[in-house]
Amino acid sequence: MQIHDQPTLKAEARNLNFYYGEAKALKNINMPIYDKKVTALIGPSGCGKSTYLRSFNRMHDLYPGNRYEGEIRFFPDNTNLLSPEVDPIEVRMRIGMVFQKPNPFPKSIYENVAYGLRVRGENNRRVLDDKVEHALRGAAIWDEVKDRLQELASNLSGGQQQRLCIARALATDPELLLFDEPTSALDPIATAAIEELVHELKKRVTILIVTHNMQQAARVSDYTAYMFLGEMIEFGKTDEIFIKPQDKRTEDYITGRMG
Amino acid sequence: MNESAHLSSQFDEDLGHLRTHVLQMGGLVETQVSAAIDAYTTGEVASVKSIVDTDRKVNDLEIAIDDDCAHIIARRQPTASDLRLVLGISKIVTDLERAGDEAKKIAKGVRRIYENGHMPAQYGVGVRHIAEAALVMVRQALDAFARLDTKLAEAVILADNDVDTEFKSIMRQLITHMMEDPRTITTAIDIIWIARAVERIGDHAKNIAEHVIYVVEGRDIRHSGKGKKA
Repeated sequence: MQIHDQPTLKAEARNLNFYYGEAKALKNINMPIYDKKVTALIGPSGCGKSTYLRSFNRMHDLYPGNRYEGEIRFFPDNTNLLSPEVDPIEVRMRIGMVFQKPNPFPKSIYENVAYGLRVRGENNRRVLDDKVEHALRGAAIWDEVKDRLQELASNLSGGQQQRLCIARALATDPELLLFDEPTSALDPIATAAIEELVHELKKRVTILIVTHNMQQAARVSDYTAYMFLGEMIEFGKTDEIFIKPQDKRTEDYITGRMG
Repeated sequence: MNESAHLSSQFDEDLGHLRTHVLQMGGLVETQVSAAIDAYTTGEVASVKSIVDTDRKVNDLEIAIDDDCAHIIARRQPTASDLRLVLGISKIVTDLERAGDEAKKIAKGVRRIYENGHMPAQYGVGVRHIAEAALVMVRQALDAFARLDTKLAEAVILADNDVDTEFKSIMRQLITHMMEDPRTITTAIDIIWIARAVERIGDHAKNIAEHVIYVVEGRDIRHSGKGKKA
């Protein structure tokens, strides 16, 4: 499958370094993220892919000693997401995140999805109803929960909880969604549902996904980046990475030759 | 092409078996072609039966290897050089099997000629010459696969030009003979079929060489005119 259209940039890491205290976790990353495409980050544990992903919505700000160098430009407005003048809360409205384990709030299904909107100051019941329904439909879970919106989110199955978390991330109409191994705690059927959802979602939102499952990267992504020891080893179209990678280290990793 | 071991030793074993089976099948086809050339030269019609028998083994191997390829794809989801190896092998065995079929055609043609009389001396040399060239191509294409040697594969692709050129010249000769003496037509047509089969064996060897280049380098040079004379 060829990607014919010339993609537009949604974000771009430029000379990005990241330090956990003294330890350098990201080494001079340069990488484009294309608009309304799925980009997968693959690499062995500890290679920095989650660190990189979390830099996008400033998750590292919470811990003292963490330090960024370089930029992550976000388009079309060309904001540097890492700039101290940029408010992390604002960033997180535009960039949603879904984690490895579903982490619904101990609230109702409805309130989980409405939460981000309420933080933003939206209290109009009709607007909230509309947006909650829209987000739940977008996350392909509306039909399963429409009659039990007031039930506790923790009553849902793992796969449903994960889709609820995706709905929660969608509610604020983000431009970029970050997925940190979103299916590693799910069974194959729930995984397939999330993958199908990713495929649907990219029509309206850009997706950056960290996955340990190489076949998942091959299935869902348009672009793939291979990271190793904090470096970006290779970035390219997924078709090319999985059929003819340019770097021997990428090849060894995706063919299962690297320990 | 990647020579280092996989984390899964079972996967290495599966791929190893696959390659061994291809070489085994290649060996059988090589024997078929070589025996067909011998039969053509010596008139040993008895060997025709063994060529036909070998063809059954070749067919069985083709099916078995394709089945192994399907299993590896289903169970291992091979990528990169592994994926190219499996795809390449699946194509290589098709070409090998067809080359074996052509050897069988040569053998049957030889039997017809000798049963109806004898091989006219003037036809022998040219066909034997390209047949030997085609046999070398098959051998080298298999070597190129065994050693993942793209230089040798490229040499095979170039060698196909010579076989094609010589085939055309044999055709011209035979047409001349047929016009000069219509009594030779029956035999000449059989020889045309044989020369044609030889030329096809060269084509299959060339295809195998192209698959080897794809397996090793990821370059698909089919239909690219590469190796064609300027």
